[in-house]
Amino acid sequence: MISFVIKRLLQSVFVMLAVALIAFSMFRYIGDPVSNMVGQDTTQAEREALAERLGLNDPFFMQFGRFVVKAAQGDFGISYKYREPVSHLIEQRLAATLELSFVSAILALAIGIPAGVYTALRPRGLLSRAIMTLSLVGVSLPTFLIGILLILFFGVILRWLPTFGRGDVVAIGWWTTGFLTVSGIKSLILPAITLALFQMTLIMRLVRAEMLEVLRTDFVKFARARGLPDRSVHFIHALKNTLVPVITITGLQLGSLIAFAIITESVFQWPGMGLLFIQAISDVDIPIMAAYLVLIAFFFVIINMIVDILYYMVDPRLRADNAG
Amino acid sequence: MKLRTGLFAAVAAVALAATTPVQAKTFKYAFQGDLSSLDPHSLNESFLLGTLGNIYEGLVLYDDQMNIVPGLAVSWKTLTPTTWEFKLREGVKFHGGQDFTADDVIFSWQRSLSEGSDQKVRGGSMKNITKVDDYTIVVETPAPNPILIRDIALLYIMDKEWSEEHGTTNATSATGTDKGNYANLNANGTGPFMVESHQADVKTVMKRHEGYWKEVPSNVTEVIFTPIKEAPTRVAALISGEVDMVYPVPVQDWDRLDGADGVSALAGPEARSIFLGMDQGRDELLYSSVKGKNPFKDQRVRAAFAHAINLEAIKDKIMRGASSPAGQMVAPQINGYVPELKEPYSYDPEMSKKLLAEAGYPDGFEITLDCPNDRYFNDEKICQAVTSMLARVGVKATLNAMPKSKYFGKILETGGFDTSFYMLGWTPGTMDAENTLSSLIVCQDKENKKGLFNIGNYCNKRVDELTAAVGSETDQDKRNAMIKEAFTILKDEVGYLPIHEQPISWGVSDKVTVNQRADNILDYRYVVVN
Repeated sequence: MISFVIKRLLQSVFVMLAVALIAFSMFRYIGDPVSNMVGQDTTQAEREALAERLGLNDPFFMQFGRFVVKAAQGDFGISYKYREPVSHLIEQRLAATLELSFVSAILALAIGIPAGVYTALRPRGLLSRAIMTLSLVGVSLPTFLIGILLILFFGVILRWLPTFGRGDVVAIGWWTTGFLTVSGIKSLILPAITLALFQMTLIMRLVRAEMLEVLRTDFVKFARARGLPDRSVHFIHALKNTLVPVITITGLQLGSLIAFAIITESVFQWPGMGLLFIQAISDVDIPIMAAYLVLIAFFFVIINMIVDILYYMVDPRLRADNAG
Repeated sequence: MKLRTGLFAAVAAVALAATTPVQAKTFKYAFQGDLSSLDPHSLNESFLLGTLGNIYEGLVLYDDQMNIVPGLAVSWKTLTPTTWEFKLREGVKFHGGQDFTADDVIFSWQRSLSEGSDQKVRGGSMKNITKVDDYTIVVETPAPNPILIRDIALLYIMDKEWSEEHGTTNATSATGTDKGNYANLNANGTGPFMVESHQADVKTVMKRHEGYWKEVPSNVTEVIFTPIKEAPTRVAALISGEVDMVYPVPVQDWDRLDGADGVSALAGPEARSIFLGMDQGRDELLYSSVKGKNPFKDQRVRAAFAHAINLEAIKDKIMRGASSPAGQMVAPQINGYVPELKEPYSYDPEMSKKLLAEAGYPDGFEITLDCPNDRYFNDEKICQAVTSMLARVGVKATLNAMPKSKYFGKILETGGFDTSFYMLGWTPGTMDAENTLSSLIVCQDKENKKGLFNIGNYCNKRVDELTAAVGSETDQDKRNAMIKEAFTILKDEVGYLPIHEQPISWGVSDKVTVNQRADNILDYRYVVVN
């Protein structure tokens, strides 16, 4: 078990290094940060002095090495634009993104799983068909459009919910939360739905497919033959067996929720990491971009590792392979 | 104790009675970008400096019509062609309660020349400042400078005491290798509003400075500024009433705003000129089919390009009628605009073909048009239209559009002027034609830092002489005559291809009245909430 974890850890380190390298080298071709930082009247000599100060004239591997060593200590440098430490900026934005992703994940699960079960049990019901048609919308419409449509309907026409921002937040230490104020909760609704919609339909369709499969298996038939009530057949025996792949997918999708939040965040001007990243791209703020990519990769690597370890514990065959 | 409370209540009552806007009036607005710093000497960017102009002030101010009016200086006069005497305003207090004096002016000028400052060009317009007394200073300029007061309108005054107390005697550099200093995130000016909180990219809250020295039309007590990057979200926020004003608004949303209740579009001409530049310096064009020579050195080819571009079509089809086709390189709001040069080059594809044939290119040639796609209003669409118009006279222009961050790195001096046909927009920072002449039109001279934005290197000795003379001529009539001569030569020689002045496009709620300035700046002094 320990050797397995160590092996996985080592692999993760390589993955992280590769991501860091790709991210870092990509940025060299994204544009000139210097001309974004100065006004139109700034002279060439001042521009060159600035590039020198930023270390942009050093050889590539020197810049990269410096970046990795510092990043390992949580120091991603100082944002070119905001002139604040990137770690501090991310700390400020992390709470917004995590709260949004968390609520979206809950929404996706709380609606996706029951809807999936329902549509599997009554595949020909009117409501099932309606849900399936709606889910097509969720899968096929781009997030950007869904967000704008929601804003138009609930924000502009009905005026029930705010169209942008995070409302009032309460600070608890470095964490800021929108859960404790009315405006904070109201502001959360539209972006959370927008972000959750795709995952929700995905989970629903997955549960439905698995459920249909499981309902045809022998043990369900036997359970029915034993005279067990429908409720316990569906929700105890069948649903339990569909959940294994659902848990795997959900785990991985949690990472995507955080990463996909970029689009939702920019539509709703949600002050999270994704918005910070988008802004950084247009300003060629390399430290922020690098930190964001590395951080997202880090989330994915950690989640993957946890899923792997869970498999190892759940599936005895993996252990046997390792021993042999 | 009781007495003290009573006294306090009395003072409070008097204070309440004295302040006119008793009722809290909040004005909320959104812009596409954020304030990148609160340091007035940090970055030379029009949105930043314009917005900071509500918090900090210079010796002179722009009024609602963009005229220069007294600011922290009450009056000024020239003693000799290179020395100016300024009388400073007495009784002005900074937000923190400090008195404004001559020392603050001298300190701010020195700070604008410090290491990290992006205001060195403005600071450099003065060679020395001597204090005569607390409210009189004498300024020396390196050369006679007729537009000194325009040069320093955006050179904001900080408090010396406050800056020294917080260790911010040097400007926060726009670099980012350091954390910046105190003034980057805190402000203490003399303007009508003071910063209450500033969270980068999220929200900036400003409160009315009750002790402001000037009577202003505004009744606003609190301003909340939010950056909203996405245009549809920005427009939705305005229509839903969450903000009172947004800018910029895409031209295609004007109908929607006018159709919605309680909001309307507010558009006007911006003082920014959009134009195309042609490489007249290199002996062989870059990215072109013509080898061994440069067709743009031939005035007939430049004229052929000018007559091939249908500016009216660009105005109607791309700008929805909201732009003003231009015949010269400065907008009508700019000091030095020449009314006689108002007419653009005529649209005449036949003449264009004829000129190309005369110049030896009867079948046209190939060329690459470099263009930004996120800098100016509809920049990429305009360039697309230009390429198809050129195709009609036989010139195959390939469009190379890219984001501004890459674009300016390529076409400016840093990228070695890597272009032979390009688009650029320019607002003279001083609102005076001299800035356009010396930046865009004089021959490139890297050593003396002249014409560094004359990317195509149009070069005419007479224009150079005139520009130098304009820089130091103090007689306005003579000066304007010289500007006129320079612009006339430029137009006759087709040095540039002016396109238009782009529109300013704001969306405003009916609940507020704002003043739209030609440099696209929102001055809170003129915001009235009904």
